Amino acid sequence: MPSPSHSAEPAWSDPDRSLSPAAAHAVVEALRTILPADSVLSSEQELHPYECDGLAAFRQVPLAVALPRTEAEVREVLLTCRQHDVPVIARGAGTGLSGGAMPHPCSVVLSLARLNRILDIDPVARTARVQPGVRNLEVSEAAAPYGLYYAPDPSSQLACTIGGNVAENSGGVHCLKYGLTVHNVLGIRGYTIDGEIIELGGGALDGPGLDLLALSIGSEGLLLVATEVWVKLVPRPALARVVMASYDDVGKAGEAVAAIIAAGIIPAGLEMMDRKASAAVEPFVKAGYDLSAAAILLAEADGTPDEVAEEVSEVERVLRQAGATAIAVSGSEQERLRFWSGRKNAFPAAGRISPDYYCMDGTIPRKNLGHMLKAIEEMEVRYGLRCMNVFHAGDGNLHPLILFDANRAGEWERADRFGAEILELCVQLGGTITGEHGVGIEKINSMCVQFSPAERAAFFAIKKAFDPHGLLNPGKAIPTLRRCAEYGKMHIRHGALPHPDLPRF
Amino acid sequence: MREIQERVIDANRSGAPLRLRGAGTKDFYGERLEGEVLDLRSHRGVIDYEPSELVISARCGTPLSEIEALLATHGQFLAFEPPAFAGDPTIGGVIAAGLSGPRRLQVGAARDFVLGAKLLEASGEELSFGGRVMKNVAGFDVSRLLCGSLGFLGIITEVSLKVLPRPRCEHTLVLRLSAQDALAVFNRWGSLPLPISGAAWVEGSAWVRLSGAAPAVRAAGQRIGGDSVDAVAAADFWGGLRHCTHRFFDDATIWRVSVPSNAALAPGDKLLIDWGGALRWYAGESVGARARALASGAGGTALCWRGQTSGESRFHPLSRTVAQLHRRLQQHFDPRAIFNRGRLLAAEAGA
Repeated sequence: MPSPSHSAEPAWSDPDRSLSPAAAHAVVEALRTILPADSVLSSEQELHPYECDGLAAFRQVPLAVALPRTEAEVREVLLTCRQHDVPVIARGAGTGLSGGAMPHPCSVVLSLARLNRILDIDPVARTARVQPGVRNLEVSEAAAPYGLYYAPDPSSQLACTIGGNVAENSGGVHCLKYGLTVHNVLGIRGYTIDGEIIELGGGALDGPGLDLLALSIGSEGLLLVATEVWVKLVPRPALARVVMASYDDVGKAGEAVAAIIAAGIIPAGLEMMDRKASAAVEPFVKAGYDLSAAAILLAEADGTPDEVAEEVSEVERVLRQAGATAIAVSGSEQERLRFWSGRKNAFPAAGRISPDYYCMDGTIPRKNLGHMLKAIEEMEVRYGLRCMNVFHAGDGNLHPLILFDANRAGEWERADRFGAEILELCVQLGGTITGEHGVGIEKINSMCVQFSPAERAAFFAIKKAFDPHGLLNPGKAIPTLRRCAEYGKMHIRHGALPHPDLPRF
Repeated sequence: MREIQERVIDANRSGAPLRLRGAGTKDFYGERLEGEVLDLRSHRGVIDYEPSELVISARCGTPLSEIEALLATHGQFLAFEPPAFAGDPTIGGVIAAGLSGPRRLQVGAARDFVLGAKLLEASGEELSFGGRVMKNVAGFDVSRLLCGSLGFLGIITEVSLKVLPRPRCEHTLVLRLSAQDALAVFNRWGSLPLPISGAAWVEGSAWVRLSGAAPAVRAAGQRIGGDSVDAVAAADFWGGLRHCTHRFFDDATIWRVSVPSNAALAPGDKLLIDWGGALRWYAGESVGARARALASGAGGTALCWRGQTSGESRFHPLSRTVAQLHRRLQQHFDPRAIFNRGRLLAAEAGA
């Protein structure tokens, strides 16, 4: 029998729960009464582009898509969905990699793409107030005339929106020094599912009560819908240079990363690629990577010219001491960008050398990087699939790219299990199943490995406090007890990680 | 730990509130103190510290001084400069209060350094959130929610914090400026890539601390000008701000106002500016309710740090929606309001 805490699990978490055709029709009609005709999509053809986000393996056509232009319209959409008791899936640019914006079949997708105005830039206080549909890079472009920029730079920054970044607590290649979204957002204004306005934080650096702002960032659209975001702008460094080092062993490269940190240096970026990754990108970008190296490290120094010169020589010294077989330092901005181009093109390169690839996103303590890479090599043999590795090494954040062909029977399933095993090893090594891409629908089973039933009950209680009816992005981010029990059973079948402590019902 | 757990379970059964306490350095802080003291100092000790991972994990009762001494042996520190006031707080108290010192301007607040935490709920169950890694978006960010929660959701029994290397070079400058002019230059310098780790104004002087690589500190010093302050006097000044031991804080009435860094100044008040203008301390009886109106007008909040509030809450009032969220969260984590009843929310009653 379920204990009382389980009652906090929302009914819409069940992906099979359905709506009668009449009820579905009523929802669409109601949306049409509150929004202009071009703001409601409901035909099969119109809905098709919204069936998935950046994780195309998971697809589901929604009931309708609402494209409001104003905050007031966002509120109306929420109230309508609340009245009709149907789920709401907030969506930015749809670049997410964990299926966080994948619709529920009975849901209304609330696209915030048309709320795309930069409302205010205050160059003196170094803040910007933007709508959620503003693209990440747009903020930095608008701040550039003042010598300022918005620091978090996820690789999709050309397309991804600030609203999506807030939902996922997005990172990027510079977060070791400059922080994640949570460190760079000062406030959110938005609505609860009941249409109540909520302001968390704002122009000041702190405020009274619980830090609901920190709680909301990375909440994957489960708690509220943001309609305005205050972000912090920081001065652009005068100069950046990158040091590229080759290692003949991935373990040594991992130790070199630890050595840099131990020397008291926090580089602006610290990235690593294995030989498979550099071999995949080099033919396309001609970055000049050392293809004989087992691993390449990229370390960026930024600041004033004198400061950069000092840090570069220090980084070079540490990397050599850690056994680098070759070192190159960017001599110009053009060369710096060329060194980075390969790393930044790792995902597209995987797409060129393989029909499909599956990008993982675990984080582990840095000291275990070598251990993890060896384990992945062993898994490649066992699953019969190749895997190339790029890491935000400074943060211990891994992006193994598992290569597969979805048209070959069984390959996607093998890739999926391969990925799940990597994530389980991340947890065993003291890390986490997602560093920056979010749980979404993709890693929902792996959440059962990382959190106890009581911890998941706490997550559901938080969800319920904000969204008592369970309508905001249900079925994502937090697995129900039943789902974890089923995942546990599946794993017993595969002979790994049983959950004997879980009640079955 | 078992003893703490038993006390919690008993209290949850009887509904009698518990007053969570470490070293008691922040007994003055919050709306009110209620309940029988539960001393958490026995649950102490550093669990894990690996300098190259930039993470330290410790039990709640560990003294701040012990953690800082350990970090110092590896040239690292808690960059958010938590206040110790005149004593030696526990790390659990530091995170439960979530206060940050002058370096917050450059490196971020206490909550920005929280990577993971364990929480003892009213039911007596210990939950674990976050972890020991820099990037982690699995589940809601409960460990950051606990930072500054003043025990509202339960007992923080363990924390994992990001640590940073100490700056290689540090230098403090002082300039004779009016508060108005200081505010203007702080905001101007803030938009330039200068390594400013402290920017404060009090008693007619603007103090600027530069931290980073030696060449950057040198170049910034030339740009900013003013007079150099020797290391002892600098440590004394920034320590006085960090720990609220500067003579400014001797006044019987102190308000803490958090506003955008360029918010207009109120004329004629006894004032101390920190965080480059984003934190303003007002002293004296005359401040009172004006501080609150001032903060609200500038899009910020005001807290009565010390003194009488003439019936209002010490913390800036929450909006109706936000207050309701607090109550709903409490309903799950601490349904009988046994932990620090009435300390975070003035109107809170037991159940």
